[in-house]
Amino acid sequence: MIPLNWYLMLGATVFAVGVFGFLTRRNIIVMFMSIELMLNAVNITLVSFSHYLQDMRGQILVFFVITVAAAEAAIGLAIIIALFRNKTTAHVDEMNEMKG
Amino acid sequence: MLNELFFGYFATAIVILSILVVTRRNPVHSVMWMLLLFFHVASLYLFLDAEFIAAIQVIVYAGAILVLFLFVVLLLNLREEIQTSRFVASWPAALAIAAALLFSTISALKSFVPGPSGDYSIEVIREQTHTKVLGQVLYTDFIFPFEVASLVLLVAIIGAIVLAKKRMRS
Repeated sequence: MIPLNWYLMLGATVFAVGVFGFLTRRNIIVMFMSIELMLNAVNITLVSFSHYLQDMRGQILVFFVITVAAAEAAIGLAIIIALFRNKTTAHVDEMNEMKG
Repeated sequence: MLNELFFGYFATAIVILSILVVTRRNPVHSVMWMLLLFFHVASLYLFLDAEFIAAIQVIVYAGAILVLFLFVVLLLNLREEIQTSRFVASWPAALAIAAALLFSTISALKSFVPGPSGDYSIEVIREQTHTKVLGQVLYTDFIFPFEVASLVLLVAIIGAIVLAKKRMRS
């Protein structure tokens, strides 16, 4: 039997990698993929808690996280398409129209 | 022993693949590494006796979300993209933030005490099958959140169409 802590450490590591990618990448699509990475890290943690605490509610929560991730991907990518139409760039450091 | 070996392989593969996803210069390569990552995460779910979640992971994440990403990546000018720098200028600060987050999360794990166990032990799940157990909980205790999830998806459909369609000339 693998200790629960191993799974939690794996989730924390993947989450930290996702945070690093979100904060550093210039390309807005890769930033978006980092968000998916973080959601996956949380899903790993939730499923392992659900398995070790013998409770199904963690997996129900994973179900809703996946639903929200799908909705978020559709909306976010639509926003990126609208952005391309106006700016023709994918780099976040070149978008500074809202600077006061 | 075999369990630890399998977990070690999947954990190292997931960590290495996630680092590859955030560091590749070409976004198409990132999407491809992410596809491999999602399959490894699905295998980890199988390892945790969550077959239905593993199937959903492959169908929704690898099948639907990544295809959407690939469509949008193909809008990019990739030849120009692979010439420019990948990271923002202040990336060492972000690396420090991520490392501090990882350190604080892992050091917090030491004081973690698990709560009382629920009713769904592995024997119960194996006897009734995972999908049936999950469906029973979802359609009884969580029926209202389930309906709200359908509303979220409806908003996502309408919002995506409204945002991505061309402006009508009036």
